[in-house]
Amino acid sequence: MSAQRIKDVTMSIRSTLRGARVAAIIIAIGLGFVSADVDRASAAEQTHPPRQSWSFAGPFGRYDQAQLQRGFKIYREVCASCHALSMVAFRNLADEGGLGYSKEQAETIAAEYQVKDPAPDDKGEFPDRPGRLSDYFPSPFPNEEAARAANGGAYPPDFSTLAKARTYERGFPWFLIDILGQYQENGQDYIHALLGGYEEPPHGATPPKDGLHYNKYFPGHWIAMAKPIQDGQVEYADGTPTTIDQYGKDVAAFMTWAAEPHLMARKQMGIVVMFFLIVFAGLLYFTKKSIWHGLKERTA
Amino acid sequence: MQGHSTYEPKGGFAKWLEDRLPIVGLVHSSAVAYPVPRNLNYFWTFGGILTFMLVAQILTGVVLVMHYTPSASMAFESVEKIMRDVNYGWLLRYLHANGASMFFIAVFIHIFRGMYYGSYKAPREVLWILGVIIYLLMMATAFMGYVLPWGQMSFWGATVITNLFSALPVVGPSIVTWLWGGFSVDDATLKHFFSLHYLLPFMIAGVVGLHIWALHHVGQNNPTGVEVKDIRKDTVPFTPYATMKDAFALVCFLAFFSYFAFFIPNYLGHADNYIKANPLVTPAHIVPEWYFLPFYAILRAIPSKLGGVIAMFGAIAVLFFLPWLDSSKVRSGKYRPLFKQFFWVFVGVCILLGWLGSKPPEGWYVTVSRIATFYYFAHFLIILPLLGRIEKTKPLPASIAESVLGPARDRLPGDPGLAPPAAAAPETRG
Repeated sequence: MSAQRIKDVTMSIRSTLRGARVAAIIIAIGLGFVSADVDRASAAEQTHPPRQSWSFAGPFGRYDQAQLQRGFKIYREVCASCHALSMVAFRNLADEGGLGYSKEQAETIAAEYQVKDPAPDDKGEFPDRPGRLSDYFPSPFPNEEAARAANGGAYPPDFSTLAKARTYERGFPWFLIDILGQYQENGQDYIHALLGGYEEPPHGATPPKDGLHYNKYFPGHWIAMAKPIQDGQVEYADGTPTTIDQYGKDVAAFMTWAAEPHLMARKQMGIVVMFFLIVFAGLLYFTKKSIWHGLKERTA
Repeated sequence: MQGHSTYEPKGGFAKWLEDRLPIVGLVHSSAVAYPVPRNLNYFWTFGGILTFMLVAQILTGVVLVMHYTPSASMAFESVEKIMRDVNYGWLLRYLHANGASMFFIAVFIHIFRGMYYGSYKAPREVLWILGVIIYLLMMATAFMGYVLPWGQMSFWGATVITNLFSALPVVGPSIVTWLWGGFSVDDATLKHFFSLHYLLPFMIAGVVGLHIWALHHVGQNNPTGVEVKDIRKDTVPFTPYATMKDAFALVCFLAFFSYFAFFIPNYLGHADNYIKANPLVTPAHIVPEWYFLPFYAILRAIPSKLGGVIAMFGAIAVLFFLPWLDSSKVRSGKYRPLFKQFFWVFVGVCILLGWLGSKPPEGWYVTVSRIATFYYFAHFLIILPLLGRIEKTKPLPASIAESVLGPARDRLPGDPGLAPPAAAAPETRG
């Protein structure tokens, strides 16, 4: 090939490329619209729960002790009949950054439970005895099979990690915006919405099997758990409204603590670490600048 | 381009030791006097960042192992115990889990930097190949690490990925049984993966040693792609120049890392992994970790199982041949106007593949996955070999110094603009 020929080919490739670039931009914009459509379509499968404001959200988030105690009250009086809390111990009730009970209060609460002693007594039996601080919350069912047998084949999930185990898909571009917005409360919003999401099934909708209940926010809508809580069911001593909406918020806050008991310590340390790193980076930047000064440095 | 060691042992013991084991001299020549091209930009700081991340992962990992129980019945609970009862266990675990993602973010930037500036071209082919081996080992390590918490996504991810090997003709099923240590993903599988997850990082450290050795033998590439011609004019001593620059970049990177670890520690993970593994319940969508998504998309783009597996491994294998597929004599993308555009299209395609990997394999996602997969391979097998033959590159600067300081004029040692000799540097800079 002659030099001229090569030049011609190069030129034509270049103009093709310019066209390709325009095409790429058009395709990208098109993809954006299509993906927005698809997100809307999948949203039909799982209705997005409305966002709530949580005291523990954001970089300065803190647990509201009174709210955690209310949520714990709901757990004890309502949820605990089916849902385990197997990884939380009574001693955790007195932990810092949590419910804020004193050690004595936690001991009193523990003693209200009958716990099977994990060690055998001198007859080789495992007797029931009042709970101690070191004991874990006793589970309502001895095993998963027993739980399923008592609940129409469904397994009520353990509350210990549940707040972190539930989510809903945010879709593009929200999942990127959530990095800066620090939106981490997908699970809490879902749990709150689910508790208030029981409604009459739309006309003609039938459950895939008997014993299921229609819920607006449950993926696929048919959930085994019957409506667990009614307005006014749990009494609050502090005058907080006793509505399903409030119950949902309180119990989701309690479940967050159960799943992430060191959340406050983590966020507080995070603030200190970020402050230190940013100041340190600033100092390093000026040190570096002074060292490179006079070298007429140019990057790239 | 071996840096001459200007190290002179001072004092009796230092001399005695240097005569018997010149280890201080080795460190001095490779981390102090080592000549670094003076025009490196911040994309060159990721090698140091990656070394730091490897060490950080090993340290947090070693402590986590002290509290972890590798058994199918206890693993999930032991991880939760770390999160709740071990002092700063939550910190260790979140640093380790997010550290893996940060490791991959850094390695992706490092790899794309090498691709853009042609860092794989002669005489750096072996350096590049060692890098690809490290990347492969990293992927294996990360995959097995994600299995260890024994959540739902751990279990089902392991099931899907190990099942891929069953597509291999004749030996496939035997290999899968061997990987599993039984006839399903179970306790034995977890123990295999735990053992290997502890072993592989040390193999990575070994290959990193070779990678750095090769680097120090051939010298660093630089944004111009022009080789160092005059060590005095074109380079600066590693310490303090590169050390300070690397330190600054590292701390910025750590701030980014900390933001994730402290404020959104579960953002990069899956909610399903907070549910204990249950072989009887399949999650709605089985999705691997984000850094595997482009390869997962390639796997699913091919209609046949064996074909998908071959394409997925081929997507990494093709990287080994990159030094010989790119036919251009010019290294740096800076002087390659056409390559530059194709490079960014390729980056876009990789991101697109990643996004497709997170979507269910249905409808038009499949079509786009196939087009993107074809383009991924075309970039290496068609575009790069052709580009070098037809592209008209821009003129290269005569030297690194000229690219920084403008056209050459006679310079005297000690002129402003020239680095002082390495040995003198720390003292004069105080």
